[in-house]
Amino acid sequence: MSLLDVKNLRVTFDTETGPVQAVRGVSFSLGRERLGIVGESGSGKTMTGRAVLRLIRPPGRIEAEAMTFDGQDLMKASEREMRALRGKRIGMIMQDPKFSLNPVMTVGRQLTEGLRLRDGLGRADATAKALAALEAVQIRDPERVMGAYPHELSGGMGQRVMIAMMLIPEPDLLIADEPTSALDVTVQAEVLSILDNLVRDRNMSLIFISHDLRLVARFCDRVLVMYKGRIVEEVAAGKLLDAQHPYTRGLLNCLPRIGGPREPLPGLDRTGAWAE
Amino acid sequence: MTALRAWLADPNPTSRRQAKLGQMWLAWLRIRRNRLAMAGLFIVGLLVLVAVLAPWIAPHDPFVQNLGNRLKPPGTAGYWLGTDDFGRDILSRIIHGARITLYIIALVAVTAPVLGLLVGTVAGYFGGWIDAVLMRLTDIFLAFPRLILALALVAVLGPGIENAVLAIALTAWPPYARVARAETLTVRNSDYIAAIRLQGASAPRIIAGHVVPMCLPSVIIRVTLDMAGVILIAAGLGFLGLGVQPPLPEWGLMISSGRKFLFEQWWVATMPGLAIFLVSLGFNLLGDGLRDVLDPRSASR
Amino acid sequence: MNLIEIDNLTVTFQANGRQVRAVQEVSFAVNERESYGLVGESGSGKSTILRAICGLAPVTGGTIRIGGQPLPDPRGAGFAAMVQMVFQDPYASLHPRHTIDRTLSEPLAIHGVGNSDARVVQALVDVGLPASFRFRYPHQLSGGQRQRVAIARALMLQPKILLLDEPTSALDASVQAEVLNLLNRLRAERGLTFLMVSHDLSVIDHMCDRILVMQHGRAVEELAREDLAAARMKTPYARSLFEASADRMLAAP
Repeated sequence: MSLLDVKNLRVTFDTETGPVQAVRGVSFSLGRERLGIVGESGSGKTMTGRAVLRLIRPPGRIEAEAMTFDGQDLMKASEREMRALRGKRIGMIMQDPKFSLNPVMTVGRQLTEGLRLRDGLGRADATAKALAALEAVQIRDPERVMGAYPHELSGGMGQRVMIAMMLIPEPDLLIADEPTSALDVTVQAEVLSILDNLVRDRNMSLIFISHDLRLVARFCDRVLVMYKGRIVEEVAAGKLLDAQHPYTRGLLNCLPRIGGPREPLPGLDRTGAWAE
Repeated sequence: MTALRAWLADPNPTSRRQAKLGQMWLAWLRIRRNRLAMAGLFIVGLLVLVAVLAPWIAPHDPFVQNLGNRLKPPGTAGYWLGTDDFGRDILSRIIHGARITLYIIALVAVTAPVLGLLVGTVAGYFGGWIDAVLMRLTDIFLAFPRLILALALVAVLGPGIENAVLAIALTAWPPYARVARAETLTVRNSDYIAAIRLQGASAPRIIAGHVVPMCLPSVIIRVTLDMAGVILIAAGLGFLGLGVQPPLPEWGLMISSGRKFLFEQWWVATMPGLAIFLVSLGFNLLGDGLRDVLDPRSASR
Repeated sequence: MNLIEIDNLTVTFQANGRQVRAVQEVSFAVNERESYGLVGESGSGKSTILRAICGLAPVTGGTIRIGGQPLPDPRGAGFAAMVQMVFQDPYASLHPRHTIDRTLSEPLAIHGVGNSDARVVQALVDVGLPASFRFRYPHQLSGGQRQRVAIARALMLQPKILLLDEPTSALDASVQAEVLNLLNRLRAERGLTFLMVSHDLSVIDHMCDRILVMQHGRAVEELAREDLAAARMKTPYARSLFEASADRMLAAP
């Protein structure tokens, strides 16, 4: 039984020069697994993630033949029902904690806000839960972090706070949109392994959106490759090197490698019919 | 018409002029979507039109007195907005008064923002003691109350429309300097400024060619929104007898002289008041709409 | 012949009343026609070194020599004709209100170089852009196209040295490949010297002959390209950097 079912999702923006289609007919289903969505800028991967949570505002509009989460029709749900879903059952981690954490609230307040407002917990209970969440993401002195403001934290620490915040309500599905792209290389590995353990321990489903094909293939079970709003290939992570589609092959081959040849890197041949 | 449209929308312009006009046309499309801004533009356009065509569209001479006709109410035949205490048609006086209003606005708009831009960009770009000195100068002028300054100028130079404008302009430029300086401080650290410095450009070239274009949108928006205030201040000065002198049909002056009849012959003061209200509203709406179009931060690009 | 010599360079910033040492006693030298890479994570000081060379960062110790000569302060026209820089963010390095034509012809105007029409068109062709882009504005170009314009701009004055500050970090992978290829081709054609900064070890490996690993403002280790490929690094930090990058490679052929 799939947790999330998306059929023919379309996201269109009405600009003054005409409609712009960011997502053009994307369909996939997600069970208890990790799904990676890979694409370059303009591929529509971020819009797909946001469309699932119905976080797209006018002039953008979402259309789909079907979009169901655990049996609930997301297209027909009211804003109130969506609010009940967001955070509690579907969580989202974004790229840069500098922009996704509220800069004028302490970390502790942001962590406990949801618990107190949505779940009605008292202050002591909420604080205890928040501290436990910070420990789960391997923050060594959670009390200090609770009292700190986001700008006082490093990138990696901020992203871990973000993960903690999203995992407190124990959602069934986590959508991670480029969670490590803004971090240094050595910190990326740490944050990814924390995310890995947490997702495994809590048996969550994960949608991992990234531009980094190799990273996604290492982290996920299945990979969807998107280009210009469409899915061009779907492949199991282990079989990535056998990918058939010229775009996927192009993406794999165009990256430089340490110790690779000094010849010009193979570019992407965008002349196929798929590039429309 | 469509050939022109295609030329403007051409993604590969072949000359600087085509590129510039194309961008302006796109900005026009964006303004057009905002109904309130279009309303504001309409009102301002109407003001300009009325001012330009005043001698031809005013039904009566605004200066000729006709004491037999004094204080007629609105709706009287031939005098749609009524007459004032000298028997002059209020509608005609309002129409001719539009010229004066436009004159005042135009004079202030070409002096105060230009001075403010100059002071603000230079202060922001150089920093250090230049910034300190220029900003203290700005603070001094900001602290002057406009009406007191106007009184002082009038005492020295005599009353009149140019002196009123001078008083307004001298106190209107500091906010533009502040706005320009704030923008300059942001722009100063951009990579494109670093790039042009690296190419050996002199400070005047950088300020004039690279910094000022980035400050222009904020200043233009500010100017448009301030125009409403300028009209009111000019009206206030006229009301106090410090600016335009009778018998010129300046709107503030008309309100002042209509004060005496406010309760029985309300139209003498109220009609010019409505004109001021309408024009201020127009500028405010236009300024808000321009902000949506010109402010790069709020652009949905 | 050493074209760029950095000797015990220290760069200190004043921030909120405190002093921040962005670069501490870093020394290295770049030969003519060589491609030298500075690699490190954020806060390592690598970009600050480039800015110090350009006169955009406060040097508080050590010396910088270009072609054997110490640098004048302010840098001056001679420097501009010798050293140019390509910046990281293609969305921020071109003036948003200037057409491409203006951006490319301005350096020529500043230095009184004639024939700017033909030169601008030739510059566009050299970086693989159609001449019809000449009067476009930056927001009408993609990130990769903008970066090509930035490269064209840097080459307008025909410098000998090109400083590259993470030139492809903000670009998609496929576009990055094109831009890196372009840079290599231009370097071969014009005999340029590159000083390149990146956090991406594989990009540095592809583009550079020698590499300096930096951390927290200090030079950690200098490596030749062959040493990097063979994982012959001596310091633990350089090794951890290598592992974090190589870790993301699939077992590719």
